[in-house]
Parts: sequence; structure tokens; C-alpha cells
Amino acid sequence: MSNVNTVVKIGKIQWKNPVTTGSGTFGSGLSMTEYVDLNRLGAITIKGTTLTARPGNLPPRMVETRSACLGSVGLENPGVEAVLKDIVPKVAEYDSNLIVNIGGSSVEEYAEVAARLNTSDDVDAIEINISCPNLKKGGLGFGTDPEMAGSVIAAVRKETDKTVIAKLTPAVTDITVMAKTAQENGADALTMCNGYPGMAISTKTRKPILGNIQGGICGPSLKPLNMLHVWKASQAVDIPIIALGGILNADDAIEYILAGATGVSIGTGNLVDPTTTMKVVDGIEAYLEENHFNDINDLIGLAWKEM
Amino acid sequence: MLEIGKIKTNIEAAKTIYSMDLYVPEIAKKAKPGQFVNLRLTGKLDPLLRRPISLHRINPEEGTITMLYMVVGEGTAMMSEMEPGETIDVLGPLGNGWNLEMPGENAVVIGGGIGIAPLYPLIKSLKESGKNVELIMGAKNADYLTDPSIYEKLGASVTITTDDGTAGTKGFVTTALEDSIQAGKCDYIYACGPKPMLRFVEQIALNHDIPGQVSTESHMGCGLGICLLCPSKMKDGGYKRTCTDGPVFMIGELDYE
Repeated sequence: MSNVNTVVKIGKIQWKNPVTTGSGTFGSGLSMTEYVDLNRLGAITIKGTTLTARPGNLPPRMVETRSACLGSVGLENPGVEAVLKDIVPKVAEYDSNLIVNIGGSSVEEYAEVAARLNTSDDVDAIEINISCPNLKKGGLGFGTDPEMAGSVIAAVRKETDKTVIAKLTPAVTDITVMAKTAQENGADALTMCNGYPGMAISTKTRKPILGNIQGGICGPSLKPLNMLHVWKASQAVDIPIIALGGILNADDAIEYILAGATGVSIGTGNLVDPTTTMKVVDGIEAYLEENHFNDINDLIGLAWKEM
Repeated sequence: MLEIGKIKTNIEAAKTIYSMDLYVPEIAKKAKPGQFVNLRLTGKLDPLLRRPISLHRINPEEGTITMLYMVVGEGTAMMSEMEPGETIDVLGPLGNGWNLEMPGENAVVIGGGIGIAPLYPLIKSLKESGKNVELIMGAKNADYLTDPSIYEKLGASVTITTDDGTAGTKGFVTTALEDSIQAGKCDYIYACGPKPMLRFVEQIALNHDIPGQVSTESHMGCGLGICLLCPSKMKDGGYKRTCTDGPVFMIGELDYE
């Protein structure tokens, strides 16, 4: 048994370690049990859930780019009722926190999904994907406009006392504006960030590769971009940040924690190596021991606190 | 499962096509015909994601698998340059594999291009259960054709078609399939190859009311059914995961539009 403390507090819940999974890159976790001991995760974040089932985007849904993956699943999911009935009870059997990521096309849809999830004692937190297009505002992403982002977060907050996490859109002029907006509207924590919008064109067909034309860029090549976002936002707000973007090993995770993150989320890393989360959990502990830190919390934001 | 595989051989089998033998005893023990492995070129971050490669031979006694693969991009180009003794991170066996239960006695097995790769273990199993197997092998030209004698040794009759007639009959696999059907030698079809070929094979099969299976391919994120990045479009309007719901689907299920 290690004598270092890896417990962190995110909103109203305690995580046994800072490690969770990026929504959509881990399924529900149930098909990963051959590779991952779900009991050893700080939290399990399950796939984006909407009010009713969605088929997802036209294929192709992925393109590999330099040390990154451009993906556009388009929120394929069975809808909140099926998630509550078929998935949540099974994931809740594991000794971890259960976070359900939610999406929607309108403020009302987000609120209703949150209200449904609030009825389950198995759900520990709700993560709001604010990068979805607002169909009532011509498809503009909720996450790119402080007013729209604020209204979605406030609407979810009204429906639940559970921990609310706002998953921010990275492609904004000033991330601190969005971070503060989320805090002011009742978010208990931030996930930073969703994939960056991007596209790829085939030089063979001379057409966009993705069926949806654009997708989200994920993977190690965007780590420095999110690092700066975490660094800035963690100095602008008091709520904890879960860093997401290109974490493939414990060193990547520690770097984000030094930048100001309290939690770390593994996304594309699960695709590269399904055991990545376990390696990060072990590696964080090893880093603390090797560097004579007793508590992971002492590392949070150390890079700017000691400047 | 995850296994670090040691390369035993890695040789050119035809133009742009290589054959790699990998020592992965646990995976070799579990693998079934039609399944695939998802490979990571150990330690490399570019290419970042794994490469799904179908199993050409499964040798549980020797603890090896053989992959017949075509160099199509940077990942497979790097693979083709790897030497015996080097290691590859192997995730597998993955996917549903061929369903070997077929009605009738006569199977026509069709491989277009590198689609020939997952057919060897299928033919081996079909022959073991006493079926008559005709293999129709299609290639662009003679240079791209891998050794047909290995299938003959299993007891299959082999028909070769090439686009330019430099080997076998000039024409497409679909013409050869029509011939077999006309001759009354086709109760069931197994096919793997490029999507346009599969589409024509399915049209012919549906026209003649002959059941069968096709193995399809897609770029993949995880190979484990979690990321939903490799959807196959189904005729009922929905999507299925190519990696875990496939790669083998029944004829009539896929939407090629």
C-alpha cells in the first residue's frame, strides 16, 4: 500500500485518484474490463447521452492526422432512458464515480436529460458537452458564446444537486471568459477541453474525408494547446479542472496537474493502448513517491504558484 | 488480449503485399477464421492509432499468426520495413469472424485484391468440414497476385481473374461468380474485397437468392467497440460497428449507397 495521497475532490465527490476517461473514448467501460480494473479509476465518464436515441454521423467518422485523430461520431447513443436502464446500473457496480456526459440541441433538451439523470442514485456527476450546435440559434455551438453556454449550464444546475461539470469548447477567443461563465452559472468543475474543430481533404477524391466534413481533433498533438488553456483558466476560477487532451502517460498527466488541473481524463489514449488509464494511475503514484510529494493536491498549479 | 509479438518473418508476397509471421502464442490459441488483430508499431506516436490487419493464417501449435497485408499508407509502409526479431504490440483477436455454418455443399469463396487475406483459415475450416470450395481470386494484374497454390493444397479449386488478363481469365471476380452459379456450383458465398466488388457480389447473390457473408473493412479507432468511429451503414438505416459487430456481415445487411 502506498503512503502517498492521490485523493482529489471534484465538486461534491471525492475521487480516489485524479484519473477519469474521456466521454466517447471508453464506451461505458464495461467492454474494457479485460484491460482496465474499473475499480481503480477516479471516475468513469460514459458516452455522450441525449434525450432520445441518435444514429450518429455519416461515415467516414475518422481520419488520422499527425499524432492525432480527427473524429466525428455525432453523438451516436441510445438515449437517456436506455442509458439509465441498461448501462448506468452495471457501471455503478464498480467502486468508482460515475459521470454521465450529456448533449442536446436546445437548452430544454439539456435540462430534461439532466432531470432524468438526477433521478438515479447511481449517477455521481453530470458532464455537460457545451460544444453541441444550438439548433434554435442556427447551429452555432453553445460553447462558443458565453451567454448560450451560461444558459445551458444554469438550466442543468437547476435540475440537479449532483456535481455539474462543464466541458468547455477549446476554440474560443478567451478561455477564461468561458471558464468564469461556467463557474458563475453553477458549474462545480470544468473539463478542458473538447476536441478542436478541424477537417481533412482527400487529395485523391479532392473532397472532404469526413462524412460530416468537420470533426474534433484529439490526441497528443493538441496537448500544448490545452495546456495553455488549463494554465490560464485555473488561475481565473476557483473550481477544479479536469484536463483532457493528448494524455498518453503519467508524465502528460502530471504536466497538466502542474498547469492547474485537479483531474486528468484519458481520451484517445484509450484507443492507442486500452491499458493507458491504469498506467497513468500507477505512474502518478510513482511520480509522487519518486519526487517526495505526499499528496497529489500539492502539485496542482505548482508551475504557476511557484513562479 | 494484448501481447507483444515477435516478428519471425516479414517478406514480400506480391507487388505491395507483404506476409508477416508473428509469434503471439496466446492470440494464436484464441483466434478464429475471419478475425483480425489491431497492431501498434511499438512506441511510435505517429502513426498514432493501431492498424487493423486480418489473420491470414492461424497456427496455434507454433504459436504464430500470419498477416498478409498491403502497403497502403505510412503505417503499413513502416510495417513492411520491420525485421525479424523486432516486436509489435498486438491487440486481439478481434471481431466476429466467419460463421462456418453454411447450407449446402458448395461454397464459393471470393477474394478481391488484399481481400484474399482472411480467406485461408476460412477455406481450411470449410474443407475440414467436407465442403466443396471454389476460390475466385481477383487481382489488378499478375504482379499483385499472391501464391494461389496454398489454397489448392487445402483442396480448393482456384479460379483466377485479373483486370488485364496477365494471369487467369481477363475480367472480374463477379463474372467468375456468375459462371459458378450458372454451373450450379454455388450454394453459399463468402467474400472479402473492396466495397465496390462486395456491392456487385451482393447484387448477384441477391438476384440468385444465394445466401452468404462478406467481410468489410474500415479505418478504426479502438477495435474494441467503444469509440464508434468505424460504422458500417446498414440497410435498416442504422449503423453497426465494423470492429465488434463485424467485420463479417450477412449478404443483404450492408447499405453500399
